[in-house]
Amino acid sequence: MTRLLAITGFILFLSGCSGNWGWYVVNPTTKNGLSNLGFLLDGLYYTVLISLCAILISVVIGLLIALPGLSSKRRFRGINRTYVELVRAVPILVLILWVYYGLPQLAGISISVFWAGVLALALSDSAFEAEIFRAGIQSIDKGQYEAAHSISLNYTDTMRYVILPQAIRRILPALGNQLVYMLKMSSLVSIIGLQELTRRANELVVTEYRPLEIYTILVLEYLFLILIVSAGVRWLEKRMQTDVRH
Amino acid sequence: MSTASLISVQEVSKTFGNFQALNTVSLEICQGERVVVCGPSGSGKSTLIRCINQLEHHETGKILIDGVEVKDGLKNQRQTLSRLGMVFQQFNLFPHLSVLDNLTLGPQRARKMEKAEAEALAMSYLERVDIPEQAGKFPRQLSGGQQQRVAIARSLCMEPDIMLFDEPTSALDPEMINEVLDVMVELAGSGMTMICVTHEMGFARKVADKMVFMDHGEIVESARPEKFFSNPDSSRCQDFLQKILRH
Repeated sequence: MTRLLAITGFILFLSGCSGNWGWYVVNPTTKNGLSNLGFLLDGLYYTVLISLCAILISVVIGLLIALPGLSSKRRFRGINRTYVELVRAVPILVLILWVYYGLPQLAGISISVFWAGVLALALSDSAFEAEIFRAGIQSIDKGQYEAAHSISLNYTDTMRYVILPQAIRRILPALGNQLVYMLKMSSLVSIIGLQELTRRANELVVTEYRPLEIYTILVLEYLFLILIVSAGVRWLEKRMQTDVRH
Repeated sequence: MSTASLISVQEVSKTFGNFQALNTVSLEICQGERVVVCGPSGSGKSTLIRCINQLEHHETGKILIDGVEVKDGLKNQRQTLSRLGMVFQQFNLFPHLSVLDNLTLGPQRARKMEKAEAEALAMSYLERVDIPEQAGKFPRQLSGGQQQRVAIARSLCMEPDIMLFDEPTSALDPEMINEVLDVMVELAGSGMTMICVTHEMGFARKVADKMVFMDHGEIVESARPEKFFSNPDSSRCQDFLQKILRH
């Protein structure tokens, strides 16, 4: 609540500055300003949707890539290393362009802007998720595996009921970081034309020619989203800590 | 071969790098027999019982459980290994699960029991180790002695034929050792086959059918407790007993 007040205050402060500001462009009391503001805020839908889809997929891929990295067999660890090193080496923007323009040609499929964006963001992030999961799982005491073995749990049950629940509690802050990162990186998908926050701001700047005000709104939109995510992650951390403390 | 033995360890060796942890160790254990293994640290006693339930993989020799070989890479071992229960020095309870969930996880997942049935089983064993009132708590809320008793109950919930104890009282404060030993004595009285790695010689005198002394990865002495404590054959065993029984 105090955060919201601070942000509102900040906007008022900016609007109070004289001279260079032209807040009329998004003034909700005028017809044009209201429609401009609505146009910008509508971008929240795709920014949130693409980030959530991408983070969900990247967590799943990341976990699947992390598990062979924990194997005692060299071949399996090789799969993990190769994937992480390759994917981590491609800039996200480049991956977005490659998936949207390159992949359809290669695979002979057509892919929507949205799913191209989701795929590129998820792939790119999955390498980092894999490393986070691997570190989290490796931090669990060997005795936990031995206890699970001694009560005849198989590998899947050991992971699902014993190791991962403990690992996820430990890597929660890092996963929260990745979600914040994902929200920010989703702005890059504007380059292939997805109507998310950044794309809409760019388009409005072209017609209204007020970059200062419009990009300031854009900054505040991302700030707003990310503060919500931070608060959510902190709440989740607290809730999970109530039942376990090492 | 040796069909009379429940556990048969035949000339088993195991190395960690350059360190010879077990050196052609052989041991036969019958149904209902209670064996106490002692020896200086690094003598291979923990490695021996960890090889029996395959937490460590031996390199040469054979280990048979009721006539069935267990070895790294052999298929369908789970059934055989599920006949063994294990209690660890550090308890190794699952910290994110309540005491009751610690106990029901194995029965529900590995023995495919219904939840209610598993919980009834868990409660009966919690009563047996004398802490049914702690069922809803988390491990960190219990004392060391209580945690170890929960760990014993968790093992018993799998209804094993053989219980392995790896220094179960070594991580405990002195005043908590007896509550754990009491449970183990009661278990011994019920006819459970047990292998205990421990330096609790009072416990050993009370329950052991066979005493085993290990040093440098070898079984140096193996005798009935009366003979073991009064008149051991080897000088290394005499030295060791003198050291730990001095006070």
